[in-house]
Amino acid sequence: MKIDWLSKLQYFLQTMAFCLAISAIQYAFQPERPYEYPLVYSLCIGFFTWALIDFGRHPLSGNSEIGWPTGIRAFLLPLGGILGAFVLGILVADSWFGWSSWEEGRRATLPSALLITALSGASVTYYFYTRSKGSYLEAQVSEVSRQASEAKLKLLETQLEPHMLFNTLANLRVLIATDPQRAQDMLDRMVAYLRATLSASRASSHALEREFERLRDYLELMAVRMGPRLRYVLDLPPELASHSVPTLLLQPLVENSIKHGLEPALQGGGITITALREGTVLTLQVSDTGVGFDNQMPLVEGFGLAQVRERLAAAYGDRGWVERTSTPGHGTTVRLHLPLSP
Amino acid sequence: MTTPLTTALIAEDEPLLAQALQAELARAWPALKVLATVGDGATAVQQAMALQPDVLFFDIRMPGMSGLEAAAELADQWPSAGLGERAFPALVFVTAYDQYAVQAFEAQAVDYLLKPVQAARLQKTVEKLQLALAKPAQGAINFEATLGQLRNLLASPASAATPLTVIQASVGNGIRMVPVADVLCFEAADKYVRVLTLDREYLIRTPLKELMDQLDPQVFWQIHRGTVVRALAIESITRDEAGKTHLALRGLKERFIVSRLYAHLFKAM
Repeated sequence: MKIDWLSKLQYFLQTMAFCLAISAIQYAFQPERPYEYPLVYSLCIGFFTWALIDFGRHPLSGNSEIGWPTGIRAFLLPLGGILGAFVLGILVADSWFGWSSWEEGRRATLPSALLITALSGASVTYYFYTRSKGSYLEAQVSEVSRQASEAKLKLLETQLEPHMLFNTLANLRVLIATDPQRAQDMLDRMVAYLRATLSASRASSHALEREFERLRDYLELMAVRMGPRLRYVLDLPPELASHSVPTLLLQPLVENSIKHGLEPALQGGGITITALREGTVLTLQVSDTGVGFDNQMPLVEGFGLAQVRERLAAAYGDRGWVERTSTPGHGTTVRLHLPLSP
Repeated sequence: MTTPLTTALIAEDEPLLAQALQAELARAWPALKVLATVGDGATAVQQAMALQPDVLFFDIRMPGMSGLEAAAELADQWPSAGLGERAFPALVFVTAYDQYAVQAFEAQAVDYLLKPVQAARLQKTVEKLQLALAKPAQGAINFEATLGQLRNLLASPASAATPLTVIQASVGNGIRMVPVADVLCFEAADKYVRVLTLDREYLIRTPLKELMDQLDPQVFWQIHRGTVVRALAIESITRDEAGKTHLALRGLKERFIVSRLYAHLFKAM
């Protein structure tokens, strides 16, 4: 267990300040008694209350992340702490003055002292508890927002995969010297691809026709790089061309097909992207003739597919779903089903 | 007297980039003859064995076998460096963007080129290569150094994965729990990994690389690209006439081949 000594010191000083205030109030009510009496008793009892509760909370809090006990222990800690501190504090203060508060004559002040101790002990403990909880929640919130921005960065990084960018640029550099016309064409496609990727987070949906155009840009870029190892077919029936879909929804699937299907295959292979209408359902299919994978493998879902699933769920709820089939040596097919009517 | 021609092999899966590298090399090093250009790791090994070039330009990401794996495989197959044998080729790795690979190359002082390859950078590499090739007497030492570099490059970085204690192997319709403490050897076989214990053999689908991240490297030694054995179970090491090293495990009849990359583990004290 790691103890934060700075916060311990902070709590100690705050407790002492509170005790000074309590003793000042007591003195105001009974100005005929010397100020030293309430001061010493208050500081002694306050010190033990702080020591017992602030250190006692750690062994009692178990797995609680706030650092404070929960359940029945949450009541036992201040109860035990306050009673123990009351007895110990009075004993120490008594020895300071050289008398005993338990004697006949002095005993009468004890109930009111206990009441003051109980009330102030409970309220200070509650104050420290809420502060701990507050800073814990604050830490949680900043952790969650850090994770969110990390996920955003990761998404962008997968879309603008540096390996793909630099390889494309390397190809472009070759073409500039050997085939300027093709170089220009490749550059245009790259500009379109980059523009679409960078603005994908802003526009949430576009026509299926646009989606297929962006996929063609990407596949053309890859085709320059892979040469005869990549063949592709895009099949979009005209009546579905204007149907709206989330932007670049299919992009991660095409990337997966290339990265996990065709790139590892010596001979490369083909990718077929089709849109078709099945009753009230729009089916978008990305299938490759790459190396495939074993369906019995524990299904490890990559970032790409998980992201597609999430976006489908966000846009269509239960009405959008994904299925994936694969045969080792023959390729992989991913089908997205989404409702045709919004 | 004519100086013997320097020869090279290029392994790069993107046809345009292979062409470009060849063209750049022709400018930077006119005396270099590129014997062949291949598009995948396995062919690279095969062609390098057949053509025995002086320099290899290996792309890192290639279908089938990566450039690094191909280099290790070639080091294993290369005829043992006796007198009159050809020295192991000088290696240059080529990559578009591999942050970790580049860091590792720097750490291991392995030559590499970044794509797009730039003339000035290529010129430096060429000068380095020419200098190294001018000192053929150091061939044997260089080969040992190359083996060490490849070994370090292929070693997966220390992972924080929790150590594996039990292997879940499917047997028939059920799952058999095999304590890692009973395992003598893991061997990659096609799409499976064979798990050998004293009395049985299991097949699992978890890739060997993934398993190795969860095994204690002090307890399990890698002796080949596809073989990891329990160090304390090793009985003997023998070398055959062909120079291959074989390893026997206590209690198993099977013999395992030790790759040259890992032969340094077995030197007499």
